Amino acid sequence: MTGTPSGGDVRLSGISRVYGDFTAVHPLDLTVPEGSFFALLGASGCGKTTTLRMIAGLEEPSTGTVHLGDQDVTRLPAYKRPVNTVFQSYALFPHLDVFENVAFGLRRRGVRSVKRQVGEMLDLVQLGEHARRKPHQLSGGQQQRVAVARALINHPRVLLLDEPLGALDLKLRRRMQLELKRIQTEVGITFIHVTHDQEEAMAMADTVAVMNAGRVEQLGAPADLYENPATTFVANFLGTSNLIEAEVVSAATDEILVRAGGDTLGVPAERCPVPAAAGTRLLVGVRPEKAALTHADETDRIPDGRNRVTGVVTEASFLGVSTQYLVNSPAGLGLAVYAQNVDRDPRLAPGAEVVLHWSRAHTFALDAAQDIDAGTETLGTADVSGTVAGTPVKEDAG
Amino acid sequence: MALLAWIRRRLVVVFGLLTLAYLLLPNVVVTVFSFNDPVGRFNYSWHAFSTDAWSDPCGVSGLCGSLALSLQLALWATLAATVLGTLIAFALARHRFRGRGAVNSLIFLPMAMPEVVMAASLLTLFLNTGARLGFWTVLIAHITFCLSFVVTAVKARVMSMDPRLEQAAQDLYAGPAQTFLRVTLPIAWPGIAAGALLAFALSFDDFIITNFTAGSTVTFPMYVWGSAQRGTPVQINVVGTAMFLVAVLVVVVSMAVGNGRRRMQEMTRKQA
Repeated sequence: MTGTPSGGDVRLSGISRVYGDFTAVHPLDLTVPEGSFFALLGASGCGKTTTLRMIAGLEEPSTGTVHLGDQDVTRLPAYKRPVNTVFQSYALFPHLDVFENVAFGLRRRGVRSVKRQVGEMLDLVQLGEHARRKPHQLSGGQQQRVAVARALINHPRVLLLDEPLGALDLKLRRRMQLELKRIQTEVGITFIHVTHDQEEAMAMADTVAVMNAGRVEQLGAPADLYENPATTFVANFLGTSNLIEAEVVSAATDEILVRAGGDTLGVPAERCPVPAAAGTRLLVGVRPEKAALTHADETDRIPDGRNRVTGVVTEASFLGVSTQYLVNSPAGLGLAVYAQNVDRDPRLAPGAEVVLHWSRAHTFALDAAQDIDAGTETLGTADVSGTVAGTPVKEDAG
Repeated sequence: MALLAWIRRRLVVVFGLLTLAYLLLPNVVVTVFSFNDPVGRFNYSWHAFSTDAWSDPCGVSGLCGSLALSLQLALWATLAATVLGTLIAFALARHRFRGRGAVNSLIFLPMAMPEVVMAASLLTLFLNTGARLGFWTVLIAHITFCLSFVVTAVKARVMSMDPRLEQAAQDLYAGPAQTFLRVTLPIAWPGIAAGALLAFALSFDDFIITNFTAGSTVTFPMYVWGSAQRGTPVQINVVGTAMFLVAVLVVVVSMAVGNGRRRMQEMTRKQA
């Protein structure tokens, strides 16, 4: 899908996994370029871990093939694949100390003198002084670093990371994200990272594949996915989106005009993935941080040419850096706006009549034949998730 | 009042000590009476201090022979039951096969059945198959009842083992045999050791089943029982005390080794 095949690419062709009558992974084609940091992002049960385990050789695909470079490894058992995994629960050997855990792979491949290599690897993850401790004597973050060292010391062609930061608290997770990114740049090995945390995926990966119900919904660079979601699932799962159901009024070559709840909105034609003719339906979206609120008394101060939606503020949450507003309008309920607290308008309290406006260039359109709430259920409270979590972007509790 | 308050503050300790005394009192009596010089054939009342029995523990005919036989039986029964039981436990914990549920509950049967019933049925079986009662029939009987205990102990350990550990080993270039030797077995080891210890203790002091299946062979428990009819030599107390001391010694040594290793680890950690 991305790039041209070269010596060290991971190539999945038509790979799928079926358990009885449940299809965990639908036939899937995916190419991970050599040396890239690739993230498989999705909610739990979307098939991302199964995909990873098929690359590792711990799960046999029902159909399809796995290639590492030119080599077909589909039938190769896990212990013969030049691939190593950092497991979700680390899976450190409890009966071996840190040194022996890290040396395990080397010893199994018959390497005689492991001392220097293990020492260097432990220094890389800053655990040199803990070499003789047992895993249970280490903190979660330290255990995680042992797991990374144990896999990396074998210089695998590909390092697979199965939600390796899931068990850490938020602060430590952020630090380990940077740490892993640093290690990846340093060693230049292909990393394939499975996660349900969209912020983590965007912060670390060069390329993100968003998976949903056993399929890849969209694949691309983080910024590209965020700015140009192709489906409602991606729009809602990656950050938050205001999606409005609208009807096309006119479709010119450069701009499509739509009507929603009495307001007319413009969408750049190149940001509409489906053919639009007058009378057809579309979903029109904008990210909450790209929208602004102006009190109804001052609508004349809104520059011309912006999309406008009138409504009433239902909630305003002050978060220090920004304030999050929820606005109900005829066009849609619970539209979110994240406003930086530069010049805060004190009139923007619940009950205030407002105009929500944003640049037409920031508007995207999606096929209306989809579930408008797909990808929002991760927090249970779909329309107010941003406010509930208290952070600008949804934080998956998983 | 002061005394009551003192006791109340140390209630747990007091009860703990009382329980310990209750448990250990029989051992004390056995030890004390191993130094007795009894009048008559029965070693039931204190007469005078003597170390005669300790200086000649095999002085009573048949005693040391029966002890050697019991030890031999216990070792073989433990070995066989541990190997078979471990394999059964892995099969039950790891694999789904037809009749797994039945095996799972049948394996408990020997533990639940009254020993005397099992003894009688084993005897019937041996007699009907024309087996000659002796060492081999006793060994077979011991393996039978030890097996369930080993399976139970090992299965609990294997079930609680994270399957990802073995996957991690495979991921790190360990083939099936290496994975079993380097990861599975060391982690299951405490369960296997517990099962083996249990099997040894059960086999060594079993009386009822042994008595039914031994024919003219005499194990140590049978010897003690037999001599209790005719008179108890002090040597029985000597052997009992010696066994108790060996058991205590094993525990103390293993604890000391464990502590020493831990201290070594701490020392290397501090030096590093």
